[in-house]
Order: sequence, then structure tokens, then C-alpha cells
Amino acid sequence: MTQPLKVVVVGNGMVGYKFCEKLLTKVGGGLFSITVIGEEPRPAYDRVHLSAYFSGTSVEELTMAPASWYAEHGIQLLTGECVVKIDPAAHYVQTHTGLQIPYDKLVLATGSGAFVPPVPGVEKEGVFVYRTIEDLDAIIGYSKGATRAAVIGGGLLGLEAAKATLDLGLETHVVEFAPRLMPRQLDAAGAGMLKRKMEALGIQIHLNKNTSQFDGGAAVVGLSFADGTSLEVDMVVISAGIRPRDELAKQAAIAVGPRGGIVVNDQLQTSHPDIYAIGECALHQGMIYGLVAPGYEMAEVVANNLVQGPTVKEFKAFDMSTKLKLIGVDVASFGEPFCEQTPHDTIVVEDKLKGIYKRLNVTTDGKYLLGGILVGEAENYNMLLQTVKNRLVLPPNPEDLVLPARKGDGASAGAGVAALPDEASICSCENITKGAICQAIEEHNLPDVAAIKKCTKAGTGCGGCVPMLSDLLTETLKKQGKVVKKVLCEHFDYSRQEMYHLIQTSGTRTYDEVVAKFGKGCGCEVCKPAVASMLASIYNDVIAKQAVIQDTNDRFMANIQRGGTYSVVPRVPGGEITPEQLIALGTVAKKYDLYCKITGGQRVDLFGARVEQLPSIWEELLEVGFESGHAYGKSLRTVKSCVGSTWCRFGVQDAVGFAIRVENRYKGIRSPHKLKSAVSGCTRECAEAQSKDFGIIATDKGWNLYVCGNGGIKPQHALLLASDLDDETCLKYIDRFLMFYIKTAEPLQRTATWFNKLEGGMEYLRDVIINDSLGIAAELERELQYLVDTYHDEWRVAVETPEIRARFSHFVNVEEPDPTLEFVEMRGQKRPADW
Amino acid sequence: MNNQPTTWFKAAPISAFPENGGACVKYNDKQIAVFHFKQLDKWYATDNECPHKHQMALSRGMIGDQQGHPKVACPFHKKTFSLETGLNLQGEDYCINVYPVKIEDGFVFIGI
Repeated sequence: MTQPLKVVVVGNGMVGYKFCEKLLTKVGGGLFSITVIGEEPRPAYDRVHLSAYFSGTSVEELTMAPASWYAEHGIQLLTGECVVKIDPAAHYVQTHTGLQIPYDKLVLATGSGAFVPPVPGVEKEGVFVYRTIEDLDAIIGYSKGATRAAVIGGGLLGLEAAKATLDLGLETHVVEFAPRLMPRQLDAAGAGMLKRKMEALGIQIHLNKNTSQFDGGAAVVGLSFADGTSLEVDMVVISAGIRPRDELAKQAAIAVGPRGGIVVNDQLQTSHPDIYAIGECALHQGMIYGLVAPGYEMAEVVANNLVQGPTVKEFKAFDMSTKLKLIGVDVASFGEPFCEQTPHDTIVVEDKLKGIYKRLNVTTDGKYLLGGILVGEAENYNMLLQTVKNRLVLPPNPEDLVLPARKGDGASAGAGVAALPDEASICSCENITKGAICQAIEEHNLPDVAAIKKCTKAGTGCGGCVPMLSDLLTETLKKQGKVVKKVLCEHFDYSRQEMYHLIQTSGTRTYDEVVAKFGKGCGCEVCKPAVASMLASIYNDVIAKQAVIQDTNDRFMANIQRGGTYSVVPRVPGGEITPEQLIALGTVAKKYDLYCKITGGQRVDLFGARVEQLPSIWEELLEVGFESGHAYGKSLRTVKSCVGSTWCRFGVQDAVGFAIRVENRYKGIRSPHKLKSAVSGCTRECAEAQSKDFGIIATDKGWNLYVCGNGGIKPQHALLLASDLDDETCLKYIDRFLMFYIKTAEPLQRTATWFNKLEGGMEYLRDVIINDSLGIAAELERELQYLVDTYHDEWRVAVETPEIRARFSHFVNVEEPDPTLEFVEMRGQKRPADW
Repeated sequence: MNNQPTTWFKAAPISAFPENGGACVKYNDKQIAVFHFKQLDKWYATDNECPHKHQMALSRGMIGDQQGHPKVACPFHKKTFSLETGLNLQGEDYCINVYPVKIEDGFVFIGI
């Protein structure tokens, strides 16, 4: 029996990990014995999304695969072990602890380190690089005593780092040597637009700045520039580029490039044929690839060639197109963004008001797309990139590819996924073609995007191609003659809108009746809360009567939090609260030892209540006039208000008074998703009404009504539905709007998403709501009025109904609290122990 | 299913448990979630702890079926588990213990 081939991988970053994964899928283990040596203390993690660590994503979530994955696949993983020497003649590597590991084939995936310019003072305290989790922890630690930070480098990584320091609450400056941001990806106009956007977010940008010295004693206190100017800061993050980690290769006399990087051929072999280099440490035809997708492709080539023999697959110059979201701003650069050497004509769209810049480079005959730049909006990126890569012929008016869809246009301009050839690469991270994805959908009957991801791995890298996967799925199913309908789940063959109609017309009032009549099986966690929401929107019965079909928050009418305790938010309409009520909140919080926090919705949230404490807490709150705030429900949360004309010297209407009226009218109404609202007393918009599902802004003649905005994962401004309305008309339009949304949206679809899918857009919505083009306005008003008339405070009902109240206990066989609850002290209050 | 139970623990009367939902019982230092499918007249018992983030919460999860196979969804992150095998149904790497249940004289007994 032959010995398995000993493969040693130096470096456990994203590319090193991907190499292992690819090798395993090709041979399934056995032929090879694989050893991976990483100098970092933990297995490979997602460095592309490193800045997510600042906004609360855990190391665990960033980890590519846990240590157990390596063990299960027979891979020996050594973390915290640093290779210090390669002996190519004797075929072994040696680590800093003296371990000698023999190899037959060696793969160097050592990646890169931050390039630190040799500027005097760079060694001072408070100067950091931005590369590893440890770097991030150090930055977080130091930032606690800092107020102003400079990031050196205005490229991709630099702006990521700037987001991080901004997230840490620091005044943030970006210092760039070049005359523009992201000089490798953007032209002057695109970079100018990005700069305006960054500045609007509070990041100060300094261009043409050559740092000549880090000022200060032991700790950095500022930067001096070659032009004689300076900048006072108390911490600096250097993100001025990468330097390939080639020192091991150099020491082993393996060829490296004059400016660094391990020289590799098209098979990615170094000057020593048994040693390969992949990822950011490899220098291929004079090029270092600082992106993950080419690194993955290199991993694929080497894995392939180790299994099938050399020269089977070659690495070719890789497309450097990229799309990313920088601090909420879409930026993309694809194909040839500058076309410096290629004859071309440009199509440029610039909208300074909206902060959008788009440039397309087309061949002089106008037939083909060569490349381009997108700033501020990059929705068409995937299609544009495919148009370049596959040399698709452009439509007669190529400017339609970048112009906003004009009124009356049916489908968006340009070809959809249907026009792409089968060899078009859809997922560039994993290099998976359209043909492979469509084939997988057909052969394995893949029902959804999640299944496509699992089966093909497409969409599992940066996730940028996920919208195209969804389009491909729809396309393929349609081709097979399958009806593409959004059904609730496997238990109901109806869409939410159909279900709503069926429930309403049949008069079914319980989930058991609904599933017996229109569905099958026992239901699930998808259809139960969806049906519960529809029943509540139609009949407005007490939801606690059908507790087991509610999501846990609605079941216990409080928000479940880490550790399994709940938080309690009483309603404070419009944010107006009396001193007595504030005192009562404090008294209750003290009595039950609850953590207090003011919410974004002008209310007070009391955290850490045990399930069995909820009814008594509410009993006390009800006594001083509080009602349920429905913070736990898919229903109206808060109607935020500014102080309005009663106090504010600028106010033109009584914003608080109207907010209270609006909140009291719509409180308790269940909807497909949560509803947020606000009323501002003048055009300064202090209540931020344009970020709400429905927002009201005072004018000197009345109210402007905005609809379908939201914050959250994909912020979107609300759009003006109608202007200068009096109180009654404003409420009438909101009645119609809410009921129309409640009856037609998908489950868990916010108004903004609902609106984006609404054919005909605002024109159509206005026609339905204001002009009653469907003839349903009276019905909508009647249905909403029914909900207003049947309002009940569900916590009062719960407290006063013994059989509902009895359900609030952790155990059913003993009267004891959950003994596993654990709290720790934090800033004078409590919080749950980490999970 | 696990091996033959050594003890049948008398948990609580049937009326203490919600129909088509779950509730938690304490047995020594253990927390066990009990679920009742009314239409099928089936009872299931599992650990109350969700192994994903170690939260004592499965009894508060919604129950249902996946292609006819009974399951519970953890209220925290909607991880779903088979009530028959305890395996995670999304193909992830953790599972829960399941326990046999019998009904006698209007009481729920759990086999430990």
C-alpha cells in the first residue's frame, strides 16, 4: 500500500482554509495526510468582513470552520505555531517550538502583513495596523482613552478601518497620499463623490498628504505632513497597503520579486517545484492579488493539480472587479475601470443630490462594455460585470443600464440572467458558472436559495451574487413549467395574500381550523406566527387565547433576551411622560432589579425580568396607567415626536399632540412586520419621520405624509404620499395605507420591501390610496376602524385572566425560577452572563 | 430513541401542559421540555437547553412538522430539532437528548 502524500500548508487564513476544503472535496481524504500550521491563535476567519467585529459579530461567527472541522476531516491543525524555517532539500519545515514537520508537497499560504511605512515615530504607542482579530482587540482597548483617530490610507482597507474607528465613537480622519480616495479603483469624479459621502457621515478626508513624522513622546499625539501641516490625533491606524509575507521563502532561497512576493508560475509552483504559493503572498506575472476571489481560484488550481497531476489547470490573470459597501455606500469597479490604454467612449451619470456617480466605458462602436465605476448605487453591478466578461452586445441605448428606470418602462433595461451564457461565472468567490447552478437546480430539485448555497457553495463567500441566484432559480423553475408562487411554507400552498382572503371569507378564527381547512400537517414555526398575525389583523381577538402559535415574544408578550429573561416596554405615546410615571417606572425597576435603558423610540426598556415576574410587573405598571407597548409584536411600536410648536421656537404644528393621537389610534394593530412612525413639528425633521413606515412632517398648512421608509439592515427613505393634509385626511390616508399593506404584503415584509416590489411604484400607491382607483378605500377604512374599535390592552387581559396568568412560569411541576439564570454587574446595573 | 429508561419520572398532570405546544419540567438538576401534539395524540420530551447558545428555551419554542417529521424550533435563533432523534434539522453540528414519554392515570411520565 502506498503511503499517503504528506501535504503541509503554512498559513491558516481564508485561502489556506479554502485550499484544505477544495482538496478534501476532490479526494475526500485518504490519499493525502494534511497538516496546517497557522501562527494566529485560532483557526481561519473571514478577514473580508473583519469590520463586522466592531459592530458585534463574534469571532465564532467570523470563523470559516471550527477546529473540530479539521479534526473530523483528518487534518492536523496547529494554531499559534509559527514556521521559522523551510528546508527544501530535506523536505521539512521547522516551527518556533522546534517541531520538525516533513512534507512531500508544501503550500505557502502565508498571506500578507500590513505595509508599515518607515516614517519616524511609527513605533509609538497608539499606532496600530488593521489585520487580525488581535489588532482589532488592541484598537478597541486603546480607543477607550482616545477621542480622535487618524487612518493612514484611503484605499479599500483604510476606509474599512475608518468605519471601525467611527463605530468606536471616535472623531475620524482619513489621510491619503494620492490626490483621491481608492485610487486603484476609482477615477477622480467617482472618488470625489465617495469623499462627499464620507464627509457627510462625519469622516474628515485629507488628500495629498505625505506623513513625515508621528508626533509625541511615548504615545502618539499627532501626525506631521511633508507640506508642513499637521493633525492632532491620539491614535493612528495604518492601512496603507499590504506586504506579502515572503520572508520564509527568501530565507530558503526561493525566488521572490524585487518588491516582494513569492514568484510562481501558472501552476503556482515556486522556484522549487514541490513548493507552491497561493493567495496574497504569491507573485504571479508581476501581480499580487489582494482580493479573496483570486486567492480561492489559486487554491482550486493547486488542489486540482495535486490530485490530477500538474499542468491540468492553470491560473490565469484574474479579474480584479470588486463591489463592496463602504460605510453604507455602494462602491464598485469592474472590467477596465479607467481604460487608459484602450480606445473607448464613456457614458457618465452624476447626481450630486443623491450622491450617485456611474461611469461606463464602451467600445467606440457602442457595441460592447469594457468596464466602469459605480459609486452610491451599484445594484446593476452583477449584470454589468457579466456583460463585460461575456462580451454581451449592449442594448441600443446603453445609458439605460445606469439611468434610473423611467416612468412607463416595463422591465429594467438590459438583459436579465436569461441572456447570460452557461459559462458565465455567477459566484466569483467560488468560481461557479450559471450552467453549474442551473444544472444543480434541475437535477436536485433545489427549492430555494439556501439549498443552492448548500449544494453548489455559490453565494457562500461575499454573498454579492445572492440576488442573481434567486433570479436564476425563478428563471429555471419557470423554464421547467413550474409555477413560481411564494407559498407560506410546506403546510400551505397559498401566498399570504391568498391566505388572508381565505381566512377572512371563511370566517375561520383559530389556527387549528385554518390548517384543517386550507393546509396540511401540524404546521411549523413559519406558518404559525404568519397565520396568528393574519387572524389578529382580521379579528383582533386576544392573542393570548392562542399562545402556542405565537412567536415566543408574542407568547409571553415581552422580548426574550440573552439568557432567557424578558424585557418590558410600556407604551409612552409620542414620548410624552409625566414625572409620576417616570417615578413608577423607577420604582418597578428597583423592586424587580431590572436593567434600564432608554430606547430609540422614546420609551424606557426594563430588562432582565423572569418569565414568572412578568404578570406582577405589569400589574404594577397598569396601576399607574401604562399599557402594553407591543415592543414584542409585529405591530405598531412607537410614534416618535419632536417637541413641536408647543415649546419649540421653530415648530409650526403640535407634533406631540398629533403623535399621541396617531399612536393611540393604531396601537395594538397586528401587521406583517413591525410598524414605526414619527411626527415632526417642522421641516427640520427632528423626529426622523422619513425613516419610518409612515412619517408625518408639519408644514405651515398642515401635514406632509411620507410612507414606506425604514432604518435597519437596508435603510431607505420614506417617500412623499401627499402634502398639506389636515388632521382628518392625514389619518384617513394612513388608515387606507396600513390596511392595504396589511392585506397584501408577504409575511415579515416591512413596508419598504413591500413598496419596492409593488408594480407601478408610488404612482400606483397614490392612485389606490388617494384616488381610490381600485374602489376599495371604503372597505379599507372600515376594516381599520374595526381594529381601532376592538382595541384592548392585552397585558390587562392577561393579568386579569387567571388561566392566562398561570402560564407565566418556567416550570410546570415546581414553583421555582430557572436556576440557570446568571447575571454579572455592569456600570452599576446587571446584565446577563455571556453565552 | 435512547436505551431503555431506568426510571419513569412522574412529571405533572396532562392539564399542566399546553395543547400543541411545550412546557418545562424540573427533574433533580435537569430541565426537560415536554411537547404535546394534540391531533396526533403524541407526546415528546427533550432537553430544555438548546445546544446552539446553551439557552434554557426549547420548551418555549414552536412545534410542528417537517415533511411529517415532528420538530421544535428554538425561540432564540430558530434552530430546529427532530423530536424523534434529537438531531438538528438544518444539518448543523449539534443535537439534543430525547426521552420517552408515557401517559398513565392522566399524568405525564418521562423515562430517564
